[in-house]
Amino acid sequence: MEKKAVRVAYGEALVRLGAKNDKVVVLDADLAQATMTKDFKAAYPDRFYDCGIAEADMVDIAAGMSTMGLIPFCSTFAVFAGRSYDQIRNGVCYPHFNVKFGFSHAGITLGEDGGSHQAIEDLALMRVLPGMTVFAPSDANECYQCVEAAAKIDGPVYIRTARLPSPIYDERPFEVGKGQVLRDGKDCVIMTCGIMLEHALEAVEVLKAQGKDPALLNFHTLKPFDDALALAYAQKTGNVFTVEEHSVIGGLGDAVAAALCGKGCFSFEKIGINDIFGQSGKPADLLVEYGLSGKQIGERILARL
Amino acid sequence: MNLQELQDVCRRVRQDIIIMTNHAGAGHPGGSLSLVETLVGLYFDTMQGIDPKDDKNPDRDRFVLSKGHAAPALYGTLCERGYFDREEFQHFRQLHGILQGHPDVKKCPGVDASTGSLGQGISIAVGMALGARHQGKKLHVYTAIGDGECDEGMVWEASMAAAHYKLDNLTVILDYNGMQIDGTNSEVMSLGNIRAKFEAFGYDIIEVADGNDMTQVLEALHAPACPGKPRLLLMHTLKGKGVSFMEGQVGWHGKAPNAEQTAQALKELEG
Repeated sequence: MEKKAVRVAYGEALVRLGAKNDKVVVLDADLAQATMTKDFKAAYPDRFYDCGIAEADMVDIAAGMSTMGLIPFCSTFAVFAGRSYDQIRNGVCYPHFNVKFGFSHAGITLGEDGGSHQAIEDLALMRVLPGMTVFAPSDANECYQCVEAAAKIDGPVYIRTARLPSPIYDERPFEVGKGQVLRDGKDCVIMTCGIMLEHALEAVEVLKAQGKDPALLNFHTLKPFDDALALAYAQKTGNVFTVEEHSVIGGLGDAVAAALCGKGCFSFEKIGINDIFGQSGKPADLLVEYGLSGKQIGERILARL
Repeated sequence: MNLQELQDVCRRVRQDIIIMTNHAGAGHPGGSLSLVETLVGLYFDTMQGIDPKDDKNPDRDRFVLSKGHAAPALYGTLCERGYFDREEFQHFRQLHGILQGHPDVKKCPGVDASTGSLGQGISIAVGMALGARHQGKKLHVYTAIGDGECDEGMVWEASMAAAHYKLDNLTVILDYNGMQIDGTNSEVMSLGNIRAKFEAFGYDIIEVADGNDMTQVLEALHAPACPGKPRLLLMHTLKGKGVSFMEGQVGWHGKAPNAEQTAQALKELEG
């Protein structure tokens, strides 16, 4: 299956968007070669602004630019969501300015750069900000859709992208805030987001091979969250598993937990990074180290059923 | 508006600051009083395209109060300029009030950015100036920063960007009153040669010997821009200016006057 890093799709999506909307400007903090905004820079040099290695400044410069009718897309590594958090909170979200954040290299699949650079907390940080829309696209096609949607939303939007190339799936209908049923099933439901979709699909195969019938849901939007879909499949299957390349605190798992809380009695397990930092290594090895390979996820679910 | 009229507005804004902070029982009078001539000069003389009846005119000059805790000075100025009624002073820092503890662009007419987290306003102003130029707008962006605020690294990140992008449509006004919350600048975090620092960061600098003298303030605000460089107005001011017992006193940074002190202050500020 053809693979493409979601961050590469982000760069392509910005170029497409730039062709259609001359209000789109792109800001980067000296990482254009990595966030892939270099494509936009090449296509529209007059609409690309490098802010130097100053992520916080980039965010507030974008805030100021948005007041002039522009639609700024800020781009850096997801780990710097923390570094520029006060600016995202007070400079952008508090006044609900129209600024977008395309933050890449999220999660442990960043790989070799190590735990200092592997954002496992960005979704938690972004979900808690009032008025913020939070996307975690699962593949290149979904990333194109998220970037398009972000430009149409009047307010702050966070788009989490990955460094690691991942499979490109057929384009699916996209609606902000709506989850997707990728497989119906009755024994359990696996809910996932971002590039963990690939590994969740592998887990489905593991379960099917053992005669189980799992449902699989994909959530490209973490906020606003599709509570109704999560609840419907919890009620249908009774066994809920969330899978994410993020801390089990504050990410998809907690979004699902909030959706189900007080709504019934379900078996529920959050599969993600268990409140620890990552480390250097090859992405595939890291997924195994933290129990996030498709095989491990499938076996963990089997043991629970 | 002539000089005498502008000075009268300053006096009323100072009264407003005292009335607001006394009523709220909180707020920041010291650094508000030092900034009054700057704000009145901007809103009653220098800024173009501003209109209380059309406060969203996209081509208006912008002002960002980076030292957002000086909100009472901004509110007094905006009120005197006609953006809202004096009655709002009674709701300063209160539930459902438009005059929040720090300026809120969503709630208060005439406010161009929400500020209060120090260092951010100057960066937002840089973005406004950059965005205005990108959009071909001729407007000018002003921002007022505090000297204590210069402890924040963001002031210097923003300054570097302002010089890099040659933002001659940006004026940064440093309210250099020498004091911050825990003491003088030198006691808390020495600023060293602040003029030389801003100069080294690429600003065209105008130093104003008395930033509480309207004539000197206007002269600085009227100085033609230096092509290709952002402007810094280094305003030497007096914290607590105009109220004898607040002048030069660190303790009045974030404390409200009681009834007796308010009466005395208002008496001193009578015309």
